[in-house]
Amino acid sequence: MTDTKKMPKTPMLDQLESGPWPSFVTGLKRLAKDESKPYAPMMKDLLGQLEHSYETRKGYWKGGTVGVVGYGGGVIPRFSEVAEKFPASAEFHTLRIMPAAGMHYTTEVLRKMCDVWEEYGSGLIALHGQSGDIMFQGCSTKNVQPAFDAFNDMGFDMGGAGPALRTSMSCVGHARCEHSCYDEPRAHRRVINEFLDEMHRPAMPYKFKFKFSGCPNDCTNAIQRADMAVIGMWRDDMKVDQKEVKAFVAERGRSYVIDNVITRCPTHSLRLADDDTLKVDNRNCVRCMHCINVMTKALHPGDDRGVTLLLGGKRTLKIGDLMGTVIVPFLPMKTDDDYEQLVDIGRRVMEFFADNALEHERTGEMIDRIGFANFMEGVGLPLDPNMVTHPRTNPYVRMDEWDAAVEAYRESRKTNGAHNKGGQS
Amino acid sequence: MSARRAVESGVPELDPYLHPLLKKNYGAWKWHDRPRPGVLHHVAMSGDEVWTVRAGTQRQLDVHTVRALCDIGDRYADGYLRFTSRSNVEFMVASESQVAPLIEALGKKGFPVGGTGNSISMISHTQGWLHCDIPATDASGVVKALMDELHEEFIHERLPNKLRISSSCCEINCGGQADIAVNIQHTKPPKINHDLVGNVCERPTVVARCPVAAIRPALVNGKPSLEIDERKCMCCGACYAPCPPMLINDPENSKIAIWVGGKHSNARSKPSFHKLVVSNLPNNPPRWPEVSAAVKKIVHAYKDDAHDWERLGEWIDRIGWARFFELTGLPFTKFHIDNWRGGRGSLNASAHLRF
Ligand code: HEM
Ligand code: HEM
Ligand code: SF4
Ligand code: SF4
Ligand code: SF4
Ligand code: SF4
Repeated sequence: MTDTKKMPKTPMLDQLESGPWPSFVTGLKRLAKDESKPYAPMMKDLLGQLEHSYETRKGYWKGGTVGVVGYGGGVIPRFSEVAEKFPASAEFHTLRIMPAAGMHYTTEVLRKMCDVWEEYGSGLIALHGQSGDIMFQGCSTKNVQPAFDAFNDMGFDMGGAGPALRTSMSCVGHARCEHSCYDEPRAHRRVINEFLDEMHRPAMPYKFKFKFSGCPNDCTNAIQRADMAVIGMWRDDMKVDQKEVKAFVAERGRSYVIDNVITRCPTHSLRLADDDTLKVDNRNCVRCMHCINVMTKALHPGDDRGVTLLLGGKRTLKIGDLMGTVIVPFLPMKTDDDYEQLVDIGRRVMEFFADNALEHERTGEMIDRIGFANFMEGVGLPLDPNMVTHPRTNPYVRMDEWDAAVEAYRESRKTNGAHNKGGQS
Repeated sequence: MSARRAVESGVPELDPYLHPLLKKNYGAWKWHDRPRPGVLHHVAMSGDEVWTVRAGTQRQLDVHTVRALCDIGDRYADGYLRFTSRSNVEFMVASESQVAPLIEALGKKGFPVGGTGNSISMISHTQGWLHCDIPATDASGVVKALMDELHEEFIHERLPNKLRISSSCCEINCGGQADIAVNIQHTKPPKINHDLVGNVCERPTVVARCPVAAIRPALVNGKPSLEIDERKCMCCGACYAPCPPMLINDPENSKIAIWVGGKHSNARSKPSFHKLVVSNLPNNPPRWPEVSAAVKKIVHAYKDDAHDWERLGEWIDRIGWARFFELTGLPFTKFHIDNWRGGRGSLNASAHLRF
């Protein structure tokens, strides 16, 4: 190109280039100045439009329909509403691509992704979207397919968008965390890859998200962000290395241990004995992780490990935020069968959701509408007192089926189904 | 352009991307500590040790920045790296002696090392004007401005506990729950572009989308359109996504609110939602100084008064909301009260008071 486009004037954005934090504006400008690259004009106009947004305090993107062959989702179409002023960035679509669980990369694969994105896209990559996707931001309509083909050839696949199963996230877990109670990357990959049809051909009432955290620290924020939160859990006694406890007390002092460990236990399950050993009331420990977080050398989750499942978390739209609530107190997660059990529960819940939710209704809203007890009956999961903070406080309910419900509860305890061993063992 | 069918490969296998030391000790870690801010030291059952250096990034990365990170990874960290959910980058190395050169290299390239332990990590945030179709502000800009101001708390570990911040450019709050959340708050009902509604919007969908049933079909100037009962509308913006002519974003009336006390983890207290404490801050690009000032006020009060290990919400649970508003000097108004029947649970039904 002989006719190089001028850099737009961006006095407002320029003010975001100073300061100690890395500046995304500097990055955008770098791309806009890559005169030898196909995306330079696009990024100049993008900067122009963004400056225009800063001046007028308004956004100028609208959606549309853009996709790749065979898939009904995964591309976020963006068309500019001010394309007559900024024509080169009139189309600025995003491709959502799923990374490996835990967001691990070789430099080699990242470099290849950069090369592809230089050829077909804008050179701008968000690592990562709140959804857990790599977001390749800024692609013309005609380049969406070849860009995707190139990523697909590298072994990467499209993530979810629209009323579909969404891309998942898992914590670093087994790869580098001693708190991890199950193989999160394995569960993540096994579950999501089972339901790719639901991801790539959106046909559900609304989005459905899984998130995988290896312990109740919930580093992926699954309880608040996921329809189904898969949280690592253990049932037996936590492991205490009394030698390390004593070493910790000797190093930090008794009052530190009392103020920061003993009295911070939410269920008063910890006691420091006169000989500086730690006594744990494991039947009342609620597995909150606090003491284990503080004394990483001395305390560890027990050996009988698995997951707790919570359902119904979501962000604000439209009835306010919801947290997931417990639907399975404990599911062991050791054998291949255990992982298949998880897939099976996922399938039952998603099928129930597909059949019963209203359009644009999330699982949490659906449960609010139809009632938690009815939902549990529908998916065929047994009830457990761990599922409530307290039983009902009003008498307004038909109780003529009480005896049958008691019988069902007794039965579910007796058969001791794998996911019904929850509670204090 | 030769279109071909996708290979529906799904989530890729992890093994090819996992640092060999992490692969070797997969699922067999013993304990960890933090030798300094920004550095984690994990010890495996096998006795292997791994040091992780964490650094902040701008999340929206140009290929040159990604390649700069790759150069550092190749030179100092065996060619592997990973990202945290808050867009921090992490490099893993097998010996303590590799840590200092890595930190130096990151520093030279302008990546602040920190975000571990009792610090403020990178703000989890959303798209904003750069890419979303419904934003009222630019989350990336708000975040850059705030992280510049809070940088010292990123590179040190000197807060009572970790402090997590999120920022969202509409009331959907993609940024998520956080100790402190900076979110758009609309204050006026959508202005309707009646010329467009009939052509652009599926009106029953829009009517159904409104949580308070404030929208109904209407004929305006002889054209099918919609009308809003402005006494019912609570300005959530839910109708805007399915029907862009429902103009909810407004340069003056889309304000910024600050929420506190959200918590993800189950440690000590149960997870909690953030609560509104400040609203009506101007949406003031490019640096949103009013937002930074309010956030810093809250951070400082927390830092001065909270006990070790108390998250911001747990600190408030102990000192009470009366003391929170006193210590931060923030006003308490009728808008802080969840003013509907379901909000009754947030009222004080006791004689427990603080003076
Ligand atoms: C209780 C049942 C129904 C209710 C409350 C209802 C309500 C409505 C409303 C409020 C609209 C608004 C139109 C607009 O805003 O553009 C509409 C449009 C429409 N309805 Fe229904 N409807 C019902 C059943 C049906 C049924 C059973 C059919 C067809 C078999 C139907 C076909 C349509 C069509 C084709 C339109 C679009 C008209 C147009 O704008 O071109 N509706 N309906
Ligand atoms: C089976 C029942 C119904 C059907 C199929 C139906 C369908 C429709 C349709 C097609 C329109 C015209 C939309 C347009 O082109 O502007 C309409 C408008 C409307 N309907 Fe219904 N409707 C039903 C019941 C009701 C009921 C029970 C109410 C009130 C309680 C209601 C209230 C309205 C109102 C307020 C309008 C807007 C009129 C206007 O444009 O000014 N409808 N309905
Ligand atoms: S959720 Fe638990 S297991 Fe996973 S990374 Fe966080 S602390 Fe570790
Ligand atoms: S994990 Fe939590 S509940 Fe259990 S003993 Fe430790 S502090 Fe108490
Ligand atoms: S918070 Fe709202 S405006 Fe921002 S990215 Fe999410 S949906 Fe878009
Ligand atoms: S802004 Fe929200 S409350 Fe108001 S009309 Fe739209 S959907 Fe209804």
